[in-house]
Amino acid sequence: MSVEMLRAMILIREFDLLAIELRKQKRVHGVVHPYVGEEAVAVGVCSALRRTDRITSTHRGHGHCIAKGADINRMMAELFGRVDGYCKGKGGSMHIADFAIGMLGANGIVAGGLPIACGAALAAQLEGAGAVTACFFGDGATGEGEFHESLNIASLWKLPLIFVCENNQYGAENAVESVRVVGDIATHAAAYGLPGVTVDGNDVLAVHDATRAAVERARGGDGPTLLHCRTFRWLFHAMRDAPPPETRSADLLASWTARDRDAIARLEDHLAGQGVLTESALRTMRDEVKRDLDAAVAFAEASPYPDPKDLLVDMFAP
Amino acid sequence: MREISFTQALDEAMLEEMERDARVITFATRRATALERTFGGKRVRFTPISEAAFTGIGLGAAGSGYRPVVHWGMVTFSFVAMDQIVNQASKIRYMFGGQADFPVTYRCTTGGGAQIAAQHSQSPYSMFMHLAGLKIVLPATPADAKGLLKSSIRDNNPVIFFECSRLAAVTGPVPDGDVTVPLGVAEVKRAGRDVTVVGLAYYVREALAVAEALAREGISVEVIDPRTLVPLDVAAIRASVRKTGRLVVVDEAPATCSAASEIIAVVTEDPETFRALKAPAQRVCAAPVPVPFSPPLEKAALPDQARIEAAIRRVL
Ligand SMILES: Cc1ncc(C[n+]2csc(CCOP(=O)(O)OP(=O)(O)O)c2C)c(N)n1
Ligand SMILES: [Mg+2]
Repeated sequence: MSVEMLRAMILIREFDLLAIELRKQKRVHGVVHPYVGEEAVAVGVCSALRRTDRITSTHRGHGHCIAKGADINRMMAELFGRVDGYCKGKGGSMHIADFAIGMLGANGIVAGGLPIACGAALAAQLEGAGAVTACFFGDGATGEGEFHESLNIASLWKLPLIFVCENNQYGAENAVESVRVVGDIATHAAAYGLPGVTVDGNDVLAVHDATRAAVERARGGDGPTLLHCRTFRWLFHAMRDAPPPETRSADLLASWTARDRDAIARLEDHLAGQGVLTESALRTMRDEVKRDLDAAVAFAEASPYPDPKDLLVDMFAP
Repeated sequence: MREISFTQALDEAMLEEMERDARVITFATRRATALERTFGGKRVRFTPISEAAFTGIGLGAAGSGYRPVVHWGMVTFSFVAMDQIVNQASKIRYMFGGQADFPVTYRCTTGGGAQIAAQHSQSPYSMFMHLAGLKIVLPATPADAKGLLKSSIRDNNPVIFFECSRLAAVTGPVPDGDVTVPLGVAEVKRAGRDVTVVGLAYYVREALAVAEALAREGISVEVIDPRTLVPLDVAAIRASVRKTGRLVVVDEAPATCSAASEIIAVVTEDPETFRALKAPAQRVCAAPVPVPFSPPLEKAALPDQARIEAAIRRVL
């Protein structure tokens, strides 16, 4: 399983690095919000979920999709704006969803997914089949009322929900400490009567274990948990035609991207140390990821643009 | 036929739909005691005063297999949930390429005339019509209220269901049993030859009263109730105007970018209907002010029978 986690993290990182290149080349459209550096959060959380569990995601959502098991061909086709994309080209990078695997959508609105996640968790609670929902959001979302309202209702109704705060230290260009007094986001949990747990978000095994405990609690009917994952956004907040200049200090970047803090390198070293992963197996894995991504680009480029005559299709359900 | 009030009709619709389909759940900040007694606290919940959260909860539960009916209380309170309405509910199906349906009904009371001043006297349906992606329902009679609420709950899309406060206690004939009224079908509430009056909610009654009075003078007024604003029964309204050649639209929302404006636009942009017009179309709407408190001021702000009659006389 840890090897699969490593593969997922590498795929997520390479997917977003590729998306950046494709955007520079103007082959994909719109905005790209890279998840590079934060892979352990999506993979640590989703590896503790079942296919029938649900997630909601954010504007920085490619990693959540991949970790939940989405098809990278259809993700890539969506970035290309093609008809075989997950949303038939109607959503793009910020609105990928795959309801068949319980991925209820990325969301372009900070904190917009939290109430929706509560609704999915309410549905699961009523169904009574033990499904849970994990709700991803950034540190910036803690400034929104929807965050506070959702924590309170989820706790009140004991919803089977895991609130996953990806504290990547920045909301766009603003450092967390410039917009919040309290650094430990888990402390919000106490005010609403649910457990709050802070984990090293660059340690995929720690995220996985913390999620497992939260999932167990949720499945057992004991309600939600707030999981505060400390991580770091390696790259820019968002790019359109070109990546914006880096404004953060080189020292800060170096401290977070060092091998002993990089989530992927840490798991590689851990697995190598355990003798589970050889140098050549890692090389093969990376080659396979590259091959899969090349295939995804080929799939996307072979897919046609949507026909403008279908502009009104999907507006209202029959 | 038995007569019941608008409110009783809505209560019946809720009861029958919850009985009919176990996937119908409901929540509001106010306790629905009767429903709770019948269906239990799992399906009938009261919530903290957290409109953004429970508006989104309705949407999320709808996308996960349930049919929530969410009551905002007054439409006024929906404005703190604008993200969930505007950014989420209205866009979620199309934006995701039609992957899932979101059968959620948002109920709210609406309108002025009760001396509760600006914040509690709003008629903002055209704000929501503008979004594309929400169905907008605005019944004017108890029978339509019941039949349309049933259809809204069964509809597979987000619906905003407006309940005009001044109609709450109004009684009217309501058929027994499971009678639905389809969304998107207007009703001719009174047939006439000389002028078409399209009324919304409370102003259907007022238009009918004016029509009755003018009939004594030999003026024949056709009163049309669109019943739903999205989808709007454009064909029925155009057909009426082609017959009468004159159009007056009455609503208690201010005229700017209103449902009344939209109705006049769909009439005048149709060449055949435009050619049939014998007079400029008229809007009888609220003054462009926040609804004031003091009774004479509020009366001056909202449409009334005299203004409807004056508009009809202007186009004749
Ligand atoms: C309600 C809202 N306000 C502002 C924005 C613009 N915006 C997009 S992402 C972002 C920063 C979000 O920061 P955070 O929640 O920490 O997520 P991160 O980007 O760090 O993953 C902002 C301000 C938005 N999308 N939604
Ligand atoms: Mg952040």
